[in-house]
Amino acid sequence: MPAIETHVLAKDYKVGFWRPRPYRALDGLTLSVEPGEVFGFLGPNGAGKTTTLKLLMQLVYPTSGTASILGRPLGDLEMKRRIGYLPENPYFYDYLTAEELLTYFASLFGYKGSDRATRVARLLDEVGLGAERRLQLRKFSKGMIQRVGLAQTLINDPEVVFLDEPMSGLDPLGRRDVRALILRLRDAGRTVFFSSHILSDAETLCSRIAIVAKGRLMASGTLTDLVTAQLKGWEIILDGLPQAPPAAHPGVRAVTTIAPGRYAVDALPAEDPLRLAQELAGVSGRLVSITQVQDTLEDLFVRQVDHASGTDRFAAPTPAAAAGDAR
Amino acid sequence: MSAVSLPTVLRIAANVFKESVRDKVLYSIVLFAVLIIAASLLIGQLTAGQEVKIIKDLGLSAISLFGHFIAIFIGIGLVSKEVERRSIYALLAKPMSRTELLLGKFFGLVATLAVNVAVMTAALVVVLAVYAWLTPADLRASWESSATDPAIVIVAALILAELAVVTAIAILFSTFTSPVLAAAFTVGLVIAGQFGADLKNFEQVVESRPVAWMARGLYYVLPNLAPFDVKAEVVYGMPIARRALGFTLLYALVYITLLLTAAVTIFRRRDFK
Repeated sequence: MPAIETHVLAKDYKVGFWRPRPYRALDGLTLSVEPGEVFGFLGPNGAGKTTTLKLLMQLVYPTSGTASILGRPLGDLEMKRRIGYLPENPYFYDYLTAEELLTYFASLFGYKGSDRATRVARLLDEVGLGAERRLQLRKFSKGMIQRVGLAQTLINDPEVVFLDEPMSGLDPLGRRDVRALILRLRDAGRTVFFSSHILSDAETLCSRIAIVAKGRLMASGTLTDLVTAQLKGWEIILDGLPQAPPAAHPGVRAVTTIAPGRYAVDALPAEDPLRLAQELAGVSGRLVSITQVQDTLEDLFVRQVDHASGTDRFAAPTPAAAAGDAR
Repeated sequence: MSAVSLPTVLRIAANVFKESVRDKVLYSIVLFAVLIIAASLLIGQLTAGQEVKIIKDLGLSAISLFGHFIAIFIGIGLVSKEVERRSIYALLAKPMSRTELLLGKFFGLVATLAVNVAVMTAALVVVLAVYAWLTPADLRASWESSATDPAIVIVAALILAELAVVTAIAILFSTFTSPVLAAAFTVGLVIAGQFGADLKNFEQVVESRPVAWMARGLYYVLPNLAPFDVKAEVVYGMPIARRALGFTLLYALVYITLLLTAAVTIFRRRDFK
């Protein structure tokens, strides 16, 4: 049973004051996240990442499609006991201390007495806020609030953790801590679904990713599948050449001088790199290395986002609506 | 409607209570009300023979007025502030329903109001007791009712019931509109609610039947808050009819239930963009 499953999930918002039009924020998202996966949900700003998370948390309702978490329908209270959610740029009650906020949230899960107190203290220590536990949240910095947010996400020891831009507002140390936290959750067998537009985080943490742009799922799979499937070419380093290899060679894209007699050749992916290297090295040259130039996650991301950029996000009218307009 | 968990509602209510008692504005309002109640002691001196009536009237009016301030201005923010500041996102992901959240908000504010009304009523009773203690026995004998008439507690209870209705109105509006509009609508309804008897009898003073029907319709739809005001009975030492009292409390219960049902219906369908 998948930990998270969505089937043709779509969400339209109404935009415009006088004549509201449907704006498609999410367009037919179908994906499945297996238990124990760290799943990166990637996309540029406005791609539909937060909308997806809000749909899964039932903060907004789908226009069409279905979704389930841990095999249960969205909004199911038993399911909610087993998940944790960190909203994007979270905000909590100013008048409460970090300890009081976590105690309140823990009580909503039914934790009482010393179990609750131990749980709250442990989590505050874990996110580095043990010393500030009695400080009102109004005095917290953005990064500290993000840490409180992470602590409240984990208050019930959730099986599935949803993190919406968890690195947002954090300094490099904070980001390192969050990465370590996600890896700890992975090692404990938890499922982590996190949205981000920071690709390096996804590369470090995720077992699988999905790229969304303009509300549509553009690609999904393991990083290895998505990235190595796209061989961009070969980098051949040659040394001891009396002159630069010919850039006009049909298998060569470009030649860069590294040092006198030492050159980097950017060869096309269709070429046999060894044969080309031997040909270019001639009798005096020496082959130093041949490296596969792979598509990076960034390349894939940019390509998919560019591909989606022509999409019209204003939802196509339904036949009934179109008929109504025609009348 | 799914089953409502009472412990969850109470936990949310306790948090609303905590939020309210840490609000400095609330303290200012209650302090100001207590000062006015104390000041009624001096104002009463200006009216020979009417001192106790003035103190009671001013004191109970202050309790009602400042109670309304609290009910409206905290009530309108209970839901809309959570939505505006997005604190509702993390909250609704917890094992609770939107119905429980709304009921918790309502009971939390009603609990806050109960404490405030109790504090203000206690202040009034102290002022009246002090005044009675300072007044010679022969003068006290001429008063229509004793200074520390237990009926003051009944008035306070009815004020609290009215404030619970006002809180439910404020919460209803706060589920679908901005705090400013919610405040305007709530104040409007509370003012209109004071004229329930006039709407009921409107058909006796107009000839147009449609207007009379409209007035009758409004009478049934708008809150009828006039019966909650029994200050005059206590001020003039008149008895409070038990039957009317029971009917008013029943009316409050029914009206609050209808308002909260409407609020829950709207709130459960709402998208938090």
